[in-house]
Amino acid sequence: MSSPAAMDIVQEKRFLVRSSSLKDIRSFAREVFDKLSLNHEIKEEIVLAIAEAAQNIVKHAYKDFPDTDDKMLLQIKCNNGKLEIGFFDMGRPVDPTKVKHREIDNVKPGGLGTFFIQEIMDSIDFKDGGKPWINHLVLTKQL
Amino acid sequence: MSYKVTEEGNISTVHLDGEIDMDVTEKAKEVIFPVIDSGKEVHLNLSQVQYMDSSGISVLIESHQRALEKNTKVIIKDVSKSVLKVIMMAKLEQILNLE
Repeated sequence: MSSPAAMDIVQEKRFLVRSSSLKDIRSFAREVFDKLSLNHEIKEEIVLAIAEAAQNIVKHAYKDFPDTDDKMLLQIKCNNGKLEIGFFDMGRPVDPTKVKHREIDNVKPGGLGTFFIQEIMDSIDFKDGGKPWINHLVLTKQL
Repeated sequence: MSYKVTEEGNISTVHLDGEIDMDVTEKAKEVIFPVIDSGKEVHLNLSQVQYMDSSGISVLIESHQRALEKNTKVIIKDVSKSVLKVIMMAKLEQILNLE
């Protein structure tokens, strides 16, 4: 069961679109969730969802640009116990109809990140990022 | 991520330490796969791994499948609660050898 968030908050930070940023992204998310007094279990679940979404940006939106100097923006908002996590990037446009996880019973490497996000979060939406952004992914969860 | 490999009889134990994400999966494979390829039984000790994402899970699946191809096995030992939760979320607790 989720713990109630103790306060409303808006925090954001930019990160290089590189796999080496994933650790910093997790650290940032943990710091924000500590301010919200989320219990450890819920905190780590949502950190995993955030890290998987960020990983998808590196792996897919920037598939052909591993050495990019572009940054993604991670925005964490909490209002009245509703958590909204936004990801903005300037990579290849994402076709939401092609964002699927593998069949969970078909055991093979890969294809689990989106499944984890779906398991952990309440909703996943792709929105118009607005300039200069290309992709804007929004994950929500009622705490 | 850091690691240590120990040998005892026909068992090689790979001790992983740290957080296993996309950034370190290639390094993890470079450590684990040659040990599997040697044909020994491989124990993956994850007691010091407190975080693993889908990329880390993929390494566990690949290791398991590679071991089957080499007629040996990988046993995952001392899994932390947080990593076990991710393994179970992926519904792999009945597929991987967990002890």
